[in-house]
Amino acid sequence: MKNLIEFLSKNSVIFIFLFLEVIAFTLLIRNNNYQNSKALNSSNFLVGNLYATVNNINDYFNLKEVNAELAEQNAKLQSTSIKSFTKIFGTTVEINDTTYSQKYVFTSAKVINNSTNKRENYITLDKGKINGIKAGMGVISANGIIGTVKNVSENFSSVMSILHEKNSVSVKIKKSGYIGALIWELGDYQTAKLNDIPNHVQLQKGDTIITSGYSLIYPEGILVGWVSDFDLPEGNNFYNINIQFSVDYKKLSHVYIVKSWTKEEQQQLEQATLEND
Amino acid sequence: MIRYIIKYGVSFILLVLFQGLILNEIELGGYINPFLYVIFIIALPFDTPDWLVLSLGFLIGLFIDIFTSTIGMHISATVFMAFIRVFILKLLRPRDGYEFNTHPSLQHMGIIWYLNYSAILILAHHLFLFFVESFKFSQFFATSGRAILSSIFTLALVFIVQLFNYKPANRL
Repeated sequence: MKNLIEFLSKNSVIFIFLFLEVIAFTLLIRNNNYQNSKALNSSNFLVGNLYATVNNINDYFNLKEVNAELAEQNAKLQSTSIKSFTKIFGTTVEINDTTYSQKYVFTSAKVINNSTNKRENYITLDKGKINGIKAGMGVISANGIIGTVKNVSENFSSVMSILHEKNSVSVKIKKSGYIGALIWELGDYQTAKLNDIPNHVQLQKGDTIITSGYSLIYPEGILVGWVSDFDLPEGNNFYNINIQFSVDYKKLSHVYIVKSWTKEEQQQLEQATLEND
Repeated sequence: MIRYIIKYGVSFILLVLFQGLILNEIELGGYINPFLYVIFIIALPFDTPDWLVLSLGFLIGLFIDIFTSTIGMHISATVFMAFIRVFILKLLRPRDGYEFNTHPSLQHMGIIWYLNYSAILILAHHLFLFFVESFKFSQFFATSGRAILSSIFTLALVFIVQLFNYKPANRL
């Protein structure tokens, strides 16, 4: 017994070290299932509010650019509104409500924290549970896609950015309609890789890449980026394609959270079909 | 004693805020990040008990993790660094031991000693941190390169902070 106590006290540093590392790695691994650790992330009350305050100050420096961006988007919206269409034959234009049902709803939100330099980048937004935000919703901006909501607290939500090793998005080439998977790799925050495009597809530099809508997160046809270069390795059936993002992920400020009305219905149907097989 | 607690308590808070709100936004070349907060562990007094160094490492890692939403990552790295510190201090001990009531600083220990001491600790911390972050050895060189470049940047910041407190001795 005496020897045991002596042994323990002699090597106490090692035991404390091992003990603390076990705690750290337990936390780390548990945290990999993002849902489990809602309390201790940047969408919690204290740090969330701190970030919101700092962001309030930062906003003043970007006012000019943000205004320009919003004005540009206003102009776009104006041009699609009913007022900007001329009446044909002098009759009023009627919108028949029963022919269109709303599929997506957009909630505007402000980015209060953002990173682009890690392997797994997250964005914190100032909208949360009380605004009806739920995990799994998509986030877009005026220029393109941003990411997927991962965690929600009362007032904030944290978003898995498209700049995240494990975030793959189903996209398509606008011209030919071929579907591929977009994945970002560590390094440059402005470029990503596009996989699964077969070698018989005609490609050109500058081809527009848009979302496919298959992932049920983003609406179809949201701009993602452009083909910056591509090559076809010998004996390979698929292209190596590099994509230039349309969004500058270092300059995010106002974004939109996308809620899909029909997502659950579609998922249930697909699930039921799979089970019947 | 109480003076020490206040001094280190204030620097703890300031370092966490400085790291969380300012340094985390800095990135050179896309992925080089300085982690100045480790200077807190570097600068703890020589006679701090080992268990306290480790616990403080745990605590400051936890606060940094809360800022970056990466619970566990910084904790594991700072605890590792605090653990290494115990042995590095033994290894680098001057012949007549450390002076009573001092802490590791450029002022007390001289540039060679301080450079050795802080470079080893920072490199250990950064390598551990970046490998835990990637959680695999497949991109060994990319990850090590990232860790080494960030270490150099952190080391430079640590020296800048040290120079603020540096009062050259009067040589008459």
